[in-house]
Amino acid sequence: MKLHEIAHSRSGDKGDTSNVSVIAFDMGDFAFLAEHVTADCVAEHFGDTITGTVARYEIPALGALNFVLTGALGGGVVRSLALDTHGKSLSSALLEFELPDIGASSGSS
Amino acid sequence: MRTIRIGSGAGYSGDRIEPAIELAESGDLDYLVFECLAERTIALAQQDRLKDPQGGFDPLLADRMKAVLPICRKNGVKIVTNMGAANPVAAAQATRDIARALGLTGLKVAAVTGDDVLDQARMSDVALDEGGSVKALGNRVISANAYTGAAPISEALAGGADVVITGRAADPALFLGPLVHEFGWAMDDWDLLGKGTMVGHLLECAGQITGGYFADPGVKDVQGLARLGFPIGEVREDGDLVVTKVAGSGGQITRATVTEQLLYEIHDPTRYYQPDVVADFSQVRVEETGPDRVHVTGGSGTPKTGLLKTSVGYLDSYIGEGEISYAGANAAARGRLALDIVRERLALTGVKMTESRFDLIGVNALHGDTLAEGHEPYEVRVRVAARTDTLAEAIKIGNEVETLYTNGPAGGGGAWKSAREIVGVASALLPDSVVTSSVTFMEA
Repeated sequence: MKLHEIAHSRSGDKGDTSNVSVIAFDMGDFAFLAEHVTADCVAEHFGDTITGTVARYEIPALGALNFVLTGALGGGVVRSLALDTHGKSLSSALLEFELPDIGASSGSS
Repeated sequence: MRTIRIGSGAGYSGDRIEPAIELAESGDLDYLVFECLAERTIALAQQDRLKDPQGGFDPLLADRMKAVLPICRKNGVKIVTNMGAANPVAAAQATRDIARALGLTGLKVAAVTGDDVLDQARMSDVALDEGGSVKALGNRVISANAYTGAAPISEALAGGADVVITGRAADPALFLGPLVHEFGWAMDDWDLLGKGTMVGHLLECAGQITGGYFADPGVKDVQGLARLGFPIGEVREDGDLVVTKVAGSGGQITRATVTEQLLYEIHDPTRYYQPDVVADFSQVRVEETGPDRVHVTGGSGTPKTGLLKTSVGYLDSYIGEGEISYAGANAAARGRLALDIVRERLALTGVKMTESRFDLIGVNALHGDTLAEGHEPYEVRVRVAARTDTLAEAIKIGNEVETLYTNGPAGGGGAWKSAREIVGVASALLPDSVVTSSVTFMEA
């Protein structure tokens, strides 16, 4: 199962840092997301697309995780050679993340 | 308890104008805010100002003001905007002149200045977050602007301004200013300043909370995107917020659109640094209370740091780029061959590059090879981009892609090239004592 099936995402930029949110469509899936979408997994998923670190912030009240990726924008929006200088498309890249199938015991409806 | 209605008329410099007109006409607004500055905008505007002392403000200012000033005057809507960019006073004068030409006699326009801290940054040789210092950049430095807060905006409104034009005010401050003015919030009431910052943060990107930057067909459908409306914040005296929009406009406001925008570019949700407060969005609750009505509560704040983020613009480098397309049988292989040829030719001809990349658009240009594995599209576009120290070298990059027409793989079409100067932006933190804001009033 892809992350795309149970969550949505938006990415934004500050300098060479990308901010990618992951938000459960169903609040009940938050615990499942928090368990499986770790900072380490996200770093591995992006591989050499990012050169820095991945930090994760949990916001249970919103059913959301917020990932902060440093060294993610080819040196920064204003000088990057990349096609997507802002990293606007990184959210969709993260939604490709493979999750185990969600169990019947979870809150998914 | 009092409530005021603030509309968001632009989320960036080039944004659509018709949603702002719709808001001014039918939004029942007290304020219309236009947020038009990105990280680099002010450095580019400063270059314009150096060429023309009356230039250096938003190129769409005249179009926007002509479109909304008469309606705002009729409906009693005040305007707040950072369209002043590198020259708020000239922007205010231009706005006054437009108001006069439209017969809006007596309209009061205020310019907020003080964000330009280039002299102070040079004197104190400020260290840059990215490494190095302002002094080390020498005469490559173009501009240094501190992100300023709500107080001078509130002061301009208290002075009777109908239109307030700033330079590098922090985006949320454009909204916090009117709230501080209207409700008399104390500048050390961190909780209310945090709530007001949340209001500004949610509204400042305009269409990004009403269904823009959101649609994903079949998963997150949005109705009427072509007529996407911009948001209205109904803000109560205690900081309570309802986000809504003009009935009948395109787009939608839901828990999902609001949550995406709440987390947009904030990093640590407990510490969103602003000039006036450190806002905390970690306990925010988002609740749909009706069609296109979302109630947002629970924002808070802690004391400001006393430091202001400062953007330093400087002449960085040049970028040369070229593209060409391949389609049909074996397209990706021909594209890869083309990239190899250009890579080798740039080495053979000794083009001086400090950084380069070779992308196959349709395969790996956005996220690299790992995530692209197994995808073979019908058509691809070769893209070569490189950084150089001179424009002359940058031009050679695109030329070497264009030569693929007659010197490359079969069937290359649609070549395109560009070479341009790059203004970089570095960040620094300055004590807020370096900024002395002032407000200049003028009347149509």
